[in-house]
Amino acid sequence: MAMTNQTTPSSTSMPDLGKQKHARIAGGVLIALAMLVAFVFGAGTEGSAVFRLSRPTDALVLPDLSVPAMQFNLVVAALLAFLGVRQFLRGGVRWSSLSLGIGLALVVVAFLVWATAGKAFSLTGMLQATMVRAVPIALGGLAGVLCERVAVVNIAIEGMLLAGAFAGALVGSILGGVAGLAAAVVVGGLFGFFLAALVVTYRMDQIIAGVVINLFVLGFTSYVSSQVFQEYRSLNNAPVFRAIKIPILGDIPVIGPMLFYQNIFVYGALIMVAVATYYLFYTRSGLRARAVGEHPRAADTLGIDVYRTRFINVTLGGMVAGFGGAWFTLGSVGRFDENMTGGRGYIGLAAMIFGRWHPVGALMAALVFGFADSMQQKLALLQTPIPSEFLAMAPYIATIVVVAGFIGRARAPAADGQPYIKE
Amino acid sequence: MSDSKTDVVIQNLLKRAAPGRSEFEDLVIVPLFAIVAALVLGALVMLATSVEPATIAKSYLALLQGSVGSLNAISETLTAATPLILAGLGLALGFRAGLFNIGAEGQILMGGMAAVITGFSFPGLPIYVLLPLCLLSGALAGAFYAGIAGWLRAATGAHEVISTIMLNLIAYRLIDYMLRLPFVQRPGRNDPISKSVPDHAELPRLLDWIDPNLRVHGGIFLALAAVFVVYWLLFKTKIGFEFRASGASPDAARFAGMRSGLTIVLAMASAGALAGLAGTVQVLGVLDRVTPGFSAGIGFDAIAVALLGRSHPFGVLLAGLLFGGLEAGGRQMQVDAGVSIDLIGIIQALIIVFIAAPMLVRAIFPWGFRKPETVRGK
Repeated sequence: MAMTNQTTPSSTSMPDLGKQKHARIAGGVLIALAMLVAFVFGAGTEGSAVFRLSRPTDALVLPDLSVPAMQFNLVVAALLAFLGVRQFLRGGVRWSSLSLGIGLALVVVAFLVWATAGKAFSLTGMLQATMVRAVPIALGGLAGVLCERVAVVNIAIEGMLLAGAFAGALVGSILGGVAGLAAAVVVGGLFGFFLAALVVTYRMDQIIAGVVINLFVLGFTSYVSSQVFQEYRSLNNAPVFRAIKIPILGDIPVIGPMLFYQNIFVYGALIMVAVATYYLFYTRSGLRARAVGEHPRAADTLGIDVYRTRFINVTLGGMVAGFGGAWFTLGSVGRFDENMTGGRGYIGLAAMIFGRWHPVGALMAALVFGFADSMQQKLALLQTPIPSEFLAMAPYIATIVVVAGFIGRARAPAADGQPYIKE
Repeated sequence: MSDSKTDVVIQNLLKRAAPGRSEFEDLVIVPLFAIVAALVLGALVMLATSVEPATIAKSYLALLQGSVGSLNAISETLTAATPLILAGLGLALGFRAGLFNIGAEGQILMGGMAAVITGFSFPGLPIYVLLPLCLLSGALAGAFYAGIAGWLRAATGAHEVISTIMLNLIAYRLIDYMLRLPFVQRPGRNDPISKSVPDHAELPRLLDWIDPNLRVHGGIFLALAAVFVVYWLLFKTKIGFEFRASGASPDAARFAGMRSGLTIVLAMASAGALAGLAGTVQVLGVLDRVTPGFSAGIGFDAIAVALLGRSHPFGVLLAGLLFGGLEAGGRQMQVDAGVSIDLIGIIQALIIVFIAAPMLVRAIFPWGFRKPETVRGK
């Protein structure tokens, strides 16, 4: 998937002009953000923002962090302005991405301080929610990485998540949570296998195949929940996996509850990201998988079975997505609702591209979404003058800004989306 | 160089979504078998969820009756097909230009919203001014909204798949917000719902002189006209050639002196205008007001319609009619046989599977084809 500027011929002839323009845009954005922070979040804001770093029940209790809102935000604005002006005058692509990243993070902090001014806000709770909300997106993104590394575009993540959620609820209600989880993984894997069969064996267009799986799963799960679950409610009442606290680590203030006091889906996601990174970049079969994604013909010449590699990896991707789907039912409410994934699979796809086809990158991107999502929820309680709809929009706007500003260098596996025909 | 390579990759990917011409078998026999196979599998799904065989037969009869079985059924089919055809045309236009626009949903919402606001803001204007004005504002709003993604792609390289997905999500919230604004929200209501457009801003019902319940409206002519306009635009004009050229090979198009940035923005904007019109005909022809999520997934179904129609305007027309028929028939099925309309989603998906994978159909029905082993799709 090409991320580059269309107006500059690809890379060789006028690279500097494009970079300069890029840096100018980044600089302009930063300066605009500086003004926003100075005049909206800074000037006239009264009181201090109090951030609670731990709950009274925690083993280690940290004192609250109190920040004088106006002064803090004026400093942030000055920093942003400095970054922006520097960017505007000096340029440089690497720096513009970094500056934009730092700048956006600063804006978020300034915004939080402004919204919290005169009130108190639990940072720990928000970080914990961030992790929880990031899980399905991270797993969806990881599924996408596994597929696209072998050059199979997976638009079907959404459908696989939904299928996992459904299977988890149904089987979980009958046979218990663990069986439900296993069923979700198996069903996800089945859809992965199905996708691989359509695009590898039957050479169907990959995007059509993905769209079709989404349509099919949405239709099937909605059909069954209106046709069957309405009548037999006991089939849709699964147990929920509770949070497990890891001793000692779970007591670390702030990040302890975020990382070590969660349910198995959070741990599972973290482990899977680590395993996938190891598999893709440090093992022989991972190298082969990537070779198939970059140059299938060369891989075939070297004796790698392209079809088999694709089947295996896409199926694995489906299993990961199925596990992520179970989060919706077994990890939170224990009940399946129509279309309950609500587009998280597509955000997972964005997280994958955002994370540059790397498992850790996808996780980081998912955390950004999770953060924005939980921030918006908590801010609704603080009653800021901003309409809640705009708070809900913020993560998506941020994504667009970041994708426009950052992703210049991202590069999909070379053979992404192409069917391979063995000669 | 990697950039041009990835460009070629996605272009190839999209090119296969829009293959030029196919043979008679692919165009006629495959779809027929696809529909049959999808219906058989749909029946199996119903069997698996313990629906009686008699009910299955009844539901398929209802599906047929509900889509083409009566004047009312045909009217419903056309009503459902109208926005699908318009939005599908927009997406097809994007595919041809090498852009994968997932944003029809958001463009539909923005178009419909703009049309409704225009409609109730100028109730004093006569119909021959107000109606075109509403249509125009809907198309412009859609064009503008899609243009954002196009401009981002052209100016910064932000991938349109991500930006259109995000713009969809933003549009849902924006509509929620706008529907609570005092000058939009219907007076006396607490829920987000807009004022209605005046009667003379509505698209005229075509058959209400026979029966006031026949909902088919003037939008169908608009959709038909759009089919021909898009056909003409794509295959008979310079800008259409530029769309197709930059879709087929962006590098070649660039070196031939085409302004690829402008092409992208224009292609996105015209796709958005069509999707905006789809939203407009939906509110001016059927709903007469905007509610949250009035797009009802049309934007996503339109992706399937465009792909199924192989990104050809006439293909989109047929695919839109098929999906409209399934939609209308599905409602009848729910009423007559008590089988949930969600089954239609399954059947739609299966039909696309079989149509998009001719090799699969050939494998299942080897006797239906002259040369079953011919490799195609290459």
